Amino acid sequence: MDYIFHIAIIVSIYGILALAQNLVMGETGLLTIAGAAFYGIGAYVAGIFSTSLGLNITIALVAAPLITAVIAMILGTSFARFRDDYFLLATLGFLMIFNTVAKNWTSLTGGSLGIAGISKPHMFGITLLTPESFIWLAVFVLLIVAIICYFISRSSFGRALNAIREDEEALKIFGYKVSTYKLASFTIGASLSSLAGVLFASYLTFIDPTLFTVNESILLWAMIILGGIATNRGALMGALLLILIPESLRFIGFPDEISGLMRQCIYGLILIFLMLYRPKGIFGKYNL
Amino acid sequence: MKQVIETKGLIKFFDGIHAVDNLSLSIEEGKITGIVGPNGSGKTTLINILSGFYNYDKGEIFFSGAKRKKILPWENKIYGTGRTFQQIRLFNQMKVIDNILVVLTERNPFFALFERHGEYHIKCAEDVLKKVGLYEKRGSYAKDLSYGQQKLLEIGRILAIKADIIFLDEPFAGLFPEMIKRIENIIRELKNENKTVILVEHNMNIIRELCDHLIVMDAGKLLAEGRPEKVLSERAVLEAYLGE
Repeated sequence: MDYIFHIAIIVSIYGILALAQNLVMGETGLLTIAGAAFYGIGAYVAGIFSTSLGLNITIALVAAPLITAVIAMILGTSFARFRDDYFLLATLGFLMIFNTVAKNWTSLTGGSLGIAGISKPHMFGITLLTPESFIWLAVFVLLIVAIICYFISRSSFGRALNAIREDEEALKIFGYKVSTYKLASFTIGASLSSLAGVLFASYLTFIDPTLFTVNESILLWAMIILGGIATNRGALMGALLLILIPESLRFIGFPDEISGLMRQCIYGLILIFLMLYRPKGIFGKYNL
Repeated sequence: MKQVIETKGLIKFFDGIHAVDNLSLSIEEGKITGIVGPNGSGKTTLINILSGFYNYDKGEIFFSGAKRKKILPWENKIYGTGRTFQQIRLFNQMKVIDNILVVLTERNPFFALFERHGEYHIKCAEDVLKKVGLYEKRGSYAKDLSYGQQKLLEIGRILAIKADIIFLDEPFAGLFPEMIKRIENIIRELKNENKTVILVEHNMNIIRELCDHLIVMDAGKLLAEGRPEKVLSERAVLEAYLGE
């Protein structure tokens, strides 16, 4: 039973990440590969708060989105002028910087050894030690993020983001400060991603830089493309499928070391097949 | 008559080439002003400058007498200007009604976050779509409209924002006669509402029928201007543009 709760927690964490990625990439059309960096920032905030400062993880759940928002706003202010592949390269650059800092600022991040002994969340007098108890927090945060994303996609703000995705130059003509919208979307997406990082760090109780590489960002791309670009339910479906499919390899006799490698191959193959045969994904109505 | 736009010695370079060369002109309020000229004469560049798509290099631009050192695209709403594009630029993967709603709703990102379009916005959008004959298509995606319908939707967006100064860049190009009539009628209605229309067009019959004032450009310069029938009979215009 613990295994099922474990999978549900991982699906919830990736569901949050996929929803955030969908907001920035699906709704706004900003090709970002920095998702893993903001996820990592959230995780490191949780790790540092817990181990260095001795603070409760629930404080990190509030602090991480704020800290990440400040970083994203500083970045986004210069990134907002970029589009398409230029934006992609700029965010890739940021992810590389994040990884370098995480590996080398040893006194803060623990360097390549990472941070171990991160505490489990303690709330209402209960410490969420088991997957069975942790799942409630994970689902609660996922629900909050899903509500925020749904609210945004139904608002005038969300419609403007869609118009930016379609033709930001044309939208400017109608009185929109497009760069402000892009900055807002990027910042909100980054903040939401950091929540997943806090949950992840607190659940595993250990983090290191290898957990937040470009592979994670590609996985997020695969999730929202599989589920369907610019749909929240598509992002959730993509997260569910791309966690469950590789997990299912365990049950068809693949050794653990091979199933780990196969995971990346599966993500790659799914992306290739989707681009060839179903670029809109399962629920999608839009093309990238 | 009030002049809504005035340029003095306007210059725009592209890699050393003068796309707009020392252009001084004025556009009167409530009139339909046509701009004609051979391909590459600077017509669209002029519209791009006046709508904030391009910065200009030298000269002066006045909107209703106020000098504008720099024209920023998002300021078009403040100055009451709107435009269509030579190559149609719709929000293709959005529904027809959403293409209109997006220009009707809140611009401030913070307030937009808490705004959902209401009955009022829907009614405004539907009124516009009825006016341009696209009401039945309101639930379709913009990319699925025919070429002519897409041109109408572009004009619909301009009607929705109730712009006072409207730049139309070749709105009749590639349209069949019925669609041309419909757009002509919309332009006449705009004139009746005292809107200022600046029309870039190659079809001389439409120019003669619709325009109160005509500007002819050649190689970025002003070649001639005045009443269409008079300008189109000038020798220099005939030679430069009509090749006669």
